Amino acid sequence: MFADYSWSELGSIFAMQGFAGLVLFSVFVLMALGLAIIFGQMGVINMAHGEFMILGAYVTYMCSNFFQSAAPALMPISFFVAMVLAFFASGALGMLVEMGLIRFLYKRPLDTLLATWGLSLILQQAYRTIFGAREVGVTLPEWMMGSLPLTDIIEIPINGLIVMAITLAITVAVAVVMFRSRFGAKVRAVVQNRQMAGAVGIDTEKVDRLTFGLGCGIAGVAGSAFTMIGSTGPSSGQLYIVDTFLVVVFGGATSLIGTVASAFTISQAQSTLEFFLSGSMAKVLTLLTVVGILMLRPQGLFVLKVRR
Amino acid sequence: MTPPFHAARKTELFGFLVLAAFVLLVLPGVVDPFRLNLVGKYLTYAFVAVGLVLCWGSAGILSLGQGIFFGLGGYCMAMFLKLEASTPEATKIQSTPGIPDFMDWNQLTALPAFWEPFHSLAFTIVAIVAVPAALAFVIGFAMFTRRVGGVYFAIITQAIAAILTILIIGQQGYTGGVNGITDLRTLLGWDIRTDSAKTILYFVNAFLLLGVIALSIAVRSSKLGRILVALRDKEDRVRFSGYDVAAFKIFVFCFAAAISGIGGAMFTLQVGFMSPSFVGIVPSIEMVIFCAVGGRNSLIGAVYGTLLVNWGKTTFSESFPELWLFAMGGLFIAVVMAFPNGLAGIYKSYVQPLFARIVVRPAHRRRPVGGGKTTPAIAE
Repeated sequence: MFADYSWSELGSIFAMQGFAGLVLFSVFVLMALGLAIIFGQMGVINMAHGEFMILGAYVTYMCSNFFQSAAPALMPISFFVAMVLAFFASGALGMLVEMGLIRFLYKRPLDTLLATWGLSLILQQAYRTIFGAREVGVTLPEWMMGSLPLTDIIEIPINGLIVMAITLAITVAVAVVMFRSRFGAKVRAVVQNRQMAGAVGIDTEKVDRLTFGLGCGIAGVAGSAFTMIGSTGPSSGQLYIVDTFLVVVFGGATSLIGTVASAFTISQAQSTLEFFLSGSMAKVLTLLTVVGILMLRPQGLFVLKVRR
Repeated sequence: MTPPFHAARKTELFGFLVLAAFVLLVLPGVVDPFRLNLVGKYLTYAFVAVGLVLCWGSAGILSLGQGIFFGLGGYCMAMFLKLEASTPEATKIQSTPGIPDFMDWNQLTALPAFWEPFHSLAFTIVAIVAVPAALAFVIGFAMFTRRVGGVYFAIITQAIAAILTILIIGQQGYTGGVNGITDLRTLLGWDIRTDSAKTILYFVNAFLLLGVIALSIAVRSSKLGRILVALRDKEDRVRFSGYDVAAFKIFVFCFAAAISGIGGAMFTLQVGFMSPSFVGIVPSIEMVIFCAVGGRNSLIGAVYGTLLVNWGKTTFSESFPELWLFAMGGLFIAVVMAFPNGLAGIYKSYVQPLFARIVVRPAHRRRPVGGGKTTPAIAE
């Protein structure tokens, strides 16, 4: 499959596809981070994660519409306002869901899976009723559009760069929250030993709720970033949920570094293969490889040793 | 809480006979032929739900990819029927006569090798059971011998369902793509599209389903069935007692896959096509809810659950398409939060005590009627 291209062309192809892969990687990381917190740290399967992401996307859409009609002058910063709002909207919904649904099911992980699937159906239909069945696109501020020419063949789109920058910032922020803050220490304590954490005075229920909210909030930000590279429809979230779960499981559910590493591997493999095979076969091949590796190494790439 | 063994068998037998009477006598008597075909379609999903009762209810293995096996069975049947429908005479306007129409549209000039054996009905019938079971064996062997279970197993089966759907849609020339395999007409020269054929297929389907349930009841009340329950509740203890836990899990997963395949094949026969929309993630998880509504531990309940959810789906989406997803989502949540044992649980805790007090004796007298073997003759 490489024979038809010269070396320099191949180089450019790999560079361009590599960049497309980096953008996909960013979206995967953003989605998977939230899921890794909820699934890895709390052991809860949140099948509605994609819908929390779409909520963030719709918040961004409404926000950009609002700025366009009410305050066009502030348009350049609309995106960042939207992102913060998306975080809080998804986070708040997540905390409500935790209170009303998830907290009764911590002991029954398979049932959480079914209940959150039901939730995702309800949310999807709610989006469809409110925003319509058609996909919506967000108008980006002008400075986010266009692309930087790097060489004659290679061009780098600006929105892709911004998505990557946001991903980097959020990943660092999550790492700091989880490993350097008091809240993170509490979360990790509850994960490692719930009874002991409770015994030393940590309000484990509150920690659960905030952790779930944080994971959902990050999904909201992911949705917000997602609007820069694609349009949003009521069922867009479902398209990504299986990929994202595979990313988290492949990386080793309890390890944040593992999540990032596996998101990188999967997205790069998929986008490089996509150029040479048809899109669907690239995806089949990538997913099959991941499933194959998981069968050989069920614990994922990176394992955090936790005494249960 | 659980009644003594013999009493439990008695109620199960009674439930089985009532179900047989319901499916073979009541439904064909009350429902018009068009709706009966629809009920027949629902009953093919019940095969999957029964498989899930064994796999999930008894052994605690939640597979979110049962649509894979349903689809594989269905596709095997559809391939046979399609080859029969694509005789050189029937397809002489194609550039390559004698191959299925969608292959011709996709510029294929010869029948792919893996289609060849499906000229034979005997091979097809074996394949309907063997192909799903073989795939289930591969998945099960890889996962269970490495002690992957629970949530991880669920996610991976779901991923496999996604892979298979993408593969079927992507390989249009070999599989018919997103439309699936359509325009199926005859089975060994017997037209399956007529009303009388549909009625006959309904009864064939019903008998197969009852047979599968009887077999499943046998599995569950055997020693094997009790080991399955034991490993669901305390896997390590079963392992430490010297049992090969993986082998039992692989068996029950393959068994569930094989009966889902039968369901898929009957679906193809009754509906007249097979498409990837019955393979993927969404149908697979819907099949889990059929089982959950019926009661994850009740083989008989699974059938009623399937019928009820599908009846609701059809009624709702005919009159209020908007509300259906809300209702379905609510059902998922309600069944998990409020009725973890589904219809069977409601029956056991509310109806049965009442029943036991008032009508236990008439129920005993009624028994011979439901078990009658002459029922299809009456309905025809």
